Amino acid sequence: MLAYIIRRALYAIPVLIGVNLITFLLFFVVNTPDDIARMQLGFKRVTPEAIETWKATHGYDLPYLYNEQADGLDSVTQTLFFQKSVKVIAFDFGQSDAGRSISSDILERMGPSLALAVPTLIVGMLVNITFGLLLVFFRSTAIDWGGVVLCVLLMSISPLFYIIAGQYVAGKLMNLVPISGFDAGWDMAKFLILPVIIGVVGGIGSGTRWYRTIFMEEYGKDYVRTARAKGLSDLRILFVHVLKNGMIPILTGVVVLLPLLFMGSLIMESFFGIPGLGSYTIEAINQQDFAIVRAMVFLGSVLYIVGLLLTDISYTLFDPRIRL
Amino acid sequence: MQRLNGLRLAVCLLFVLATAACDGPWNNPYPDAESENAIYYSSFRESPRHLDPARSYATDEASFTGAIYEPPLQYHYLKRPYTLIPATATDVPEPQYLDAEGEPLPADTPPEDVATSVYTIELEPGIRYQPHPAFAKDDAGKPRYRDLTEADMAGITSPADFEHQGTRELHARDYVHEIKRLASPEVNSPIFGLMSAHIAGLGDLRERLEAARKQLAPGESLDLTAFDFEGATVVDEHTYEIRVDGVYPQLRYWLALAFFAPVAPEVTRFYDQPALKAKNITLDTFPVGTGAYMLTENNPNRRMVMTANPNFHGQRYPSEGEPGDREAGLLADAGKPLPFIQRAVYSREKESIPYWNKFLQGYYDTSGISDDAFGQAIRIDAEGNPHLTQTMTERGMDLATTVLPGIYYLGFNMNDDVVGGRDASGRKLRQAISIAVDLESYIPLFLNGRGIVAQGPIPPGLFGYEDGRAGMNPVVYDWVDGEPQRKSIEAARKLLAEAGYPNGIDPDTGQSLLVNIDTPATGPEFKTQMDWMRQQFDQLGIQLVVRASTWPRFQQKIAEGNTQIYFGSGWMADYPDPENFLSQLYGPNGTAEHSGSNYANYDNPEYDALFRQMRNMENGPERQAVIDEMLAMVRCDAPWYWGFFPRQYSLYHQWLHNTKPNGMLQSSLKYLRLDADLRAAKRREWNDPVIWPVGLGLLLLALALAPGLWIYRRRERGAVRRTDRG
Repeated sequence: MLAYIIRRALYAIPVLIGVNLITFLLFFVVNTPDDIARMQLGFKRVTPEAIETWKATHGYDLPYLYNEQADGLDSVTQTLFFQKSVKVIAFDFGQSDAGRSISSDILERMGPSLALAVPTLIVGMLVNITFGLLLVFFRSTAIDWGGVVLCVLLMSISPLFYIIAGQYVAGKLMNLVPISGFDAGWDMAKFLILPVIIGVVGGIGSGTRWYRTIFMEEYGKDYVRTARAKGLSDLRILFVHVLKNGMIPILTGVVVLLPLLFMGSLIMESFFGIPGLGSYTIEAINQQDFAIVRAMVFLGSVLYIVGLLLTDISYTLFDPRIRL
Repeated sequence: MQRLNGLRLAVCLLFVLATAACDGPWNNPYPDAESENAIYYSSFRESPRHLDPARSYATDEASFTGAIYEPPLQYHYLKRPYTLIPATATDVPEPQYLDAEGEPLPADTPPEDVATSVYTIELEPGIRYQPHPAFAKDDAGKPRYRDLTEADMAGITSPADFEHQGTRELHARDYVHEIKRLASPEVNSPIFGLMSAHIAGLGDLRERLEAARKQLAPGESLDLTAFDFEGATVVDEHTYEIRVDGVYPQLRYWLALAFFAPVAPEVTRFYDQPALKAKNITLDTFPVGTGAYMLTENNPNRRMVMTANPNFHGQRYPSEGEPGDREAGLLADAGKPLPFIQRAVYSREKESIPYWNKFLQGYYDTSGISDDAFGQAIRIDAEGNPHLTQTMTERGMDLATTVLPGIYYLGFNMNDDVVGGRDASGRKLRQAISIAVDLESYIPLFLNGRGIVAQGPIPPGLFGYEDGRAGMNPVVYDWVDGEPQRKSIEAARKLLAEAGYPNGIDPDTGQSLLVNIDTPATGPEFKTQMDWMRQQFDQLGIQLVVRASTWPRFQQKIAEGNTQIYFGSGWMADYPDPENFLSQLYGPNGTAEHSGSNYANYDNPEYDALFRQMRNMENGPERQAVIDEMLAMVRCDAPWYWGFFPRQYSLYHQWLHNTKPNGMLQSSLKYLRLDADLRAAKRREWNDPVIWPVGLGLLLLALALAPGLWIYRRRERGAVRRTDRG
């Protein structure tokens, strides 16, 4: 397995360089260093001289990919791409264009994002798997049909509606929890109850339908018939045997998401005032802060690659036939 | 059964513990222990980007820099028109004029005969900085925190986390140091361009700093104390001088802005350490001043916290104001030491709905009114006056409205072949458009009435603004029944025909005249506005093409003069002098040619000559006459469609006192007082938890589960029966 992990890590290097290059090209196709400078310098009294000074002090006065004025290796290293993007591969994120340490910002924001995303994922999975199995248990009954219709209904409602309605009912009408905000330590719980519940409820429709499909397929297999023939109860067959055998497709969808939980949720964090990473990239794009954009795209790529690797490894835990 | 009972017990215990732990409302987003304290709660939407006084120029940053930094002057909190008073200075300085030989000149010397103006600023002695590690010294009297390493920074997230804090007396050299910082290429202050045209030697200092910077090793920073600078010099510990080329009376107003606040050299040296920068501890994130407050927590994604500066030098609440202030209770605290509030918590609220609901619950002390909430908060009576709705009145809210010292306008690029130029064709086309675009319907439609139609560039509250018939724009309005009435669309069509576009037809193409409008605004709301704008132009038969772009691209187009009409631009006052607004149409300020802020590139030599005369005059009838002449010119030439002056609506809870909107004041926090006991009581009253729906929900859930349970039991019994038969 170690050899497999090393091989996958080596494969990741050209992928990450490619992602970096594409991010760089796409960003600078849309924005110029002058645009970035104007965005950073604000709205009043922005002069061409101020723009040139800003570019010079932030290293945006260099050529994009090749420096004709420089000799030897400098013609490649004294470029915008090398100075801004290549260092990222060594996880040196440097400073944002607004002057803040990106690593420090990411570390600070990662915790709140995880505090929201992890319970939402775990509780959501438990609820969705349970509902999925129950629908299989009640297959071909009015409950199954009603459940599927309800799932479709739940899926059809905008996540924004859940959030606004949840805040209105629980936070404003019933005054049970704060409408938004965040705090450290145990006090965090009162701010997270509502967004976690909303996250779970909002995901029930699609999650339950997905798990139902997986378990329904498993339920038609021979080992289930054998288990029934042995006299096992339906609930035991579903919650022990079908659940275990249905884990492979579940893992494919879930484990790959685990590392990406760090990246947070844009809408939930925005509405609930959770100071996570969810809006970090979007705000950076709006502010045309290339330093943050390239760092976050790189981090996202790394986490996705890690997620895929973890998925492969997790297969071996649930299916002894798979060897890495 | 025993396990079930245990579970029940655990759930009950948890519930009891959870409720017992909450003395106050369950939905209180702040710790219950804070409820009775005089803590001011507010919010911010966008993270402040710069708190360095030489760089910060955004309004939302000013609520922090204005509370922390003390420039030598400030505006009187209550008096109108806006009046400058000393802050750290002993008085408002008057310039000493000098001739080319450096000999003193009398105060009434004509501006053209003055070579240099010297402002001598004397500071109150005994003013001390907030506690800060930059001032902490070791036993040998040397700075305690130098050459900090990553290990030294373990567990430190703000300057307040350092074990040793220090302070020292405010020195005149701190002000001089900050003025030098305006020239530093490392700081890149937004007002350097403007100030280098006035402060003696500032441009030269920039060149010397640029040259010195090239000699620095990577990671090194400039030591500004090593550079001589004629424009600002220390006279003694409590006195410094600023030298201005020629005359620049507006400098006094700049001396009330944070750009001219003191920054101690040891503070910049302290923040220059890489270990601090790696933790986002910089002058841009943790400012250091002598003001009433100090920033103790800066998490721009969550909250900013300011606490009262224990070393604040004892300013007192004003004892006089304008008529009506006493009756409004604004002088109840006259003479009392400032500040009243000991802590201010600003939470980040990105979305307007949760923010508004929390304000209604009493968790924010004051609020603006968003478009979504306007109908809920305000009703407009038959005369068009705003009043609070019954819901707001029942909550004891106060409403304050004020016209901000700023203007939003639609500009014409005077360099454009079609809409520009001062010849009759371009002028009449602009005048026709100015009449056709019906701002009287725009303001209620898109701004909920939060604006007043501008008749010229100078907003109300500033010298030069005139109300009534005298202040009316006669090109666009007629005076009818005691009020201005927009001229008819027929009058606009007539002007359009005189401009050479009868019925909006371009004689060159034989088709509708096509003009482009550039704007940085995007989004659905903006689309509706632009549809409305198209309709206005349609009345003249002119086809309007909307070109929306990002803010930087919009700015670039303006800079290159690559626009015809631009919309979404405005100007908020730096200081309450008409010069600040009239300069936006001054020829040598033209954006395309001189990189100034005259986006319209309006260039009228007569106007420019009057501007040069007006900017050096004292307020009075003579200055008003010159301004009137200038306004008549620009109204006739119509380089701007005059747009509107924004009106700000503010809501205050009943427990917040001494609230008076002040468009020039950077921060009014030190004047505010709040009744924390009343707030705590109201919060409890308004936020009583309603639990019965939870019980009802659980009951409904149980009912919903019942059919499933019934099917399950039937199936289990069925299986047993089948087994029995088998």
